[in-house]
Amino acid sequence: MKLVLRLAMIGFIAVLLAAVAWWVLRPGPMPHNPGRVAQKQRGTAPNPTTQTINRGEYLARAGDCVACHTEPTGKPFAGGRAMATPFGNLYVPNITPDDETGIGQWTSDEFYRMMHTGVSRDGALLYPAMPFASYTKVTRADSDAIYAYIMSVPPVKQKNRPHELRFPFNKRELLVGWRTLYFKEGEYKADPKQSAQWNRGAYLVEGLGHCAMCHTAINALGGSKEAQAFEGGMIPNQNWYAPSLTSNREAGLGEWSTRDIVDLLQTGISLRATVYGPMAEVTYNSLQYMSDEDAEAMAAYLRTLAQKDTGPAVPSSARLVQPAVMESGRATYEKQCAICHRTDGKGWAPYYPPLAGNQSITMASPVNSIRMVLNGGYPPGTRKNPRPHGMPPFSRILDDEAAAAVVTYIRVAWNNTGTPVTPAQVNELRRLLPE
Amino acid sequence: MSVLATLVDAMARYLVTGILALTAALGASAQDEAIPSFKSVDSIEARVQGCVTCHGQSGQGTQNGYFPRIAGKPSRYLYNQLIAFRDGTRKYPPMNYLVAYLPDAYLKEMADHFARQRPAFAPGQAPPVDAATIERGKAIATVGDPARAIPACIACHGAGLTGMEPGIPGLVGLRSAYITAQLTRWRVGDRRAAEPDCMKRIATRLSEKDVAAVSAFLAMQAPPKDASPESANLVRMPLACGSQH
Repeated sequence: MKLVLRLAMIGFIAVLLAAVAWWVLRPGPMPHNPGRVAQKQRGTAPNPTTQTINRGEYLARAGDCVACHTEPTGKPFAGGRAMATPFGNLYVPNITPDDETGIGQWTSDEFYRMMHTGVSRDGALLYPAMPFASYTKVTRADSDAIYAYIMSVPPVKQKNRPHELRFPFNKRELLVGWRTLYFKEGEYKADPKQSAQWNRGAYLVEGLGHCAMCHTAINALGGSKEAQAFEGGMIPNQNWYAPSLTSNREAGLGEWSTRDIVDLLQTGISLRATVYGPMAEVTYNSLQYMSDEDAEAMAAYLRTLAQKDTGPAVPSSARLVQPAVMESGRATYEKQCAICHRTDGKGWAPYYPPLAGNQSITMASPVNSIRMVLNGGYPPGTRKNPRPHGMPPFSRILDDEAAAAVVTYIRVAWNNTGTPVTPAQVNELRRLLPE
Repeated sequence: MSVLATLVDAMARYLVTGILALTAALGASAQDEAIPSFKSVDSIEARVQGCVTCHGQSGQGTQNGYFPRIAGKPSRYLYNQLIAFRDGTRKYPPMNYLVAYLPDAYLKEMADHFARQRPAFAPGQAPPVDAATIERGKAIATVGDPARAIPACIACHGAGLTGMEPGIPGLVGLRSAYITAQLTRWRVGDRRAAEPDCMKRIATRLSEKDVAAVSAFLAMQAPPKDASPESANLVRMPLACGSQH
């Protein structure tokens, strides 16, 4: 009797889940009013021309698909790479056109539905580590071009590895809730008040570029609020701070020239700053391949994002430093740092970045500055800067006090507007980072 | 741009000359080898400043026993290691992080640079082990252990332990902590080389005691006058080695 009851219960739950699944998986609406241009491009999708495939390759780079879908020594797009999340490890799937283990049997409709709604071919809801909340803005024509390119790469037979997520995050059905709270479906809508260039930049930054994945803070449920778009936050599991793109006190580019922004994105170095940490990966795999026109469009959009200085100005009392700490920091700086960043903090830009007036150093979170001192770093080797200058790790040379003093020094010297850091802050990062 | 670069270089030289003079006046301290320094911004010396706090200005190593001397090792060996660190097939997080986004050609240039260097050697390490252990280490290094099919180190790493072109590293000038760590990693399968991986075959035949003995012996050895690696194929190697192809 009990068994029958249990079976009935299981059956009931299964029916319920199926109903929910059906509701969730109902086909998303096709883009309204495709327009003449889109129609024409869609017409070419079934028989992709070289031009379409080339464009798809370019767009796949703009979307940085390869960074997650390829293991460092693996075949392109064959997946398998572990992606650490606060909820456990995700293993990125094979997206080569292999019929059994990849997406070889997908149609361009199914590919677009996945990009646009985050629903896989078999109806499974995708985890939002796949940036479909950004990719939903991608046009049907661009999705078709990426599809054509992916279908043209060598198929690789490599089974997907199951995710290792903790309960309850291993229950995909719960994503229904996440999607209700945090996912807004819809292609990019041009702002008629802005130029075509600005709209192109917004389309790339908000869509394929999926910049929000790092530069918008996520909460304990892995969601983010639209009101906080691009305002920065710690990147989960990486111990890097993704600076705000809206505040000129952080990585806001409101006061930058187009040239410097384009250089930073495409080349990895510029007269004002250098990319490092997770952003080095983005430039290496994606942004270095952007055309000058697209990089300039992104610059035009990014500049207008940064129209505010978030939060009140730092009071000078918060910037007070003990004279002994300042002197210790200055002495270390002169001995170890000045050869590259120079006594006046101006560096040998663009090869060694300036520290004076560098927003990346003065912003409220000192995490990145401390990490750079402890771990050093090389900017990415790019087509326009294939032999970047690098910085050595100082973790073995400077103890917590000395490292804190020198980071404090660069944050307040030369009229920099940063605040002092403590040895405890250095120690915390030193213990988190692998040696 | 070239005028600017020239100007920048001239300024850099001026600054560096000043610093060098100052350093000389103060007397070189033990840590100077680990302080960044270069003559011209647009040079490979300036570009490899990312290496110096651990490996020294010319790749001579630093006081920290774990960081190896890289100067004068065959370029291909160094290149293979840089590629392996970049792609994660050799694991050491600080190195994996530093070279993660550097292209092949640039890593080759870095390898060539350090392969060309011939800085002075630090004095050999006084071994903290007994005479019998040293004897055991000497035997493994110079004649091997035929009973267990372990060839001598010098059979491949050169009579002067300076390595062999193109892919076998010199061992002279390395400290015991580093050698022990590498042999141990090979034994447990954590470090590997191109197949056929001769070092894997050898390391897995060594006991923990053997590893300690041979590391202590190797760390004591004085360098020969010419610390260049031996040319390839002067000798027939006892085991097939994937790194030599």
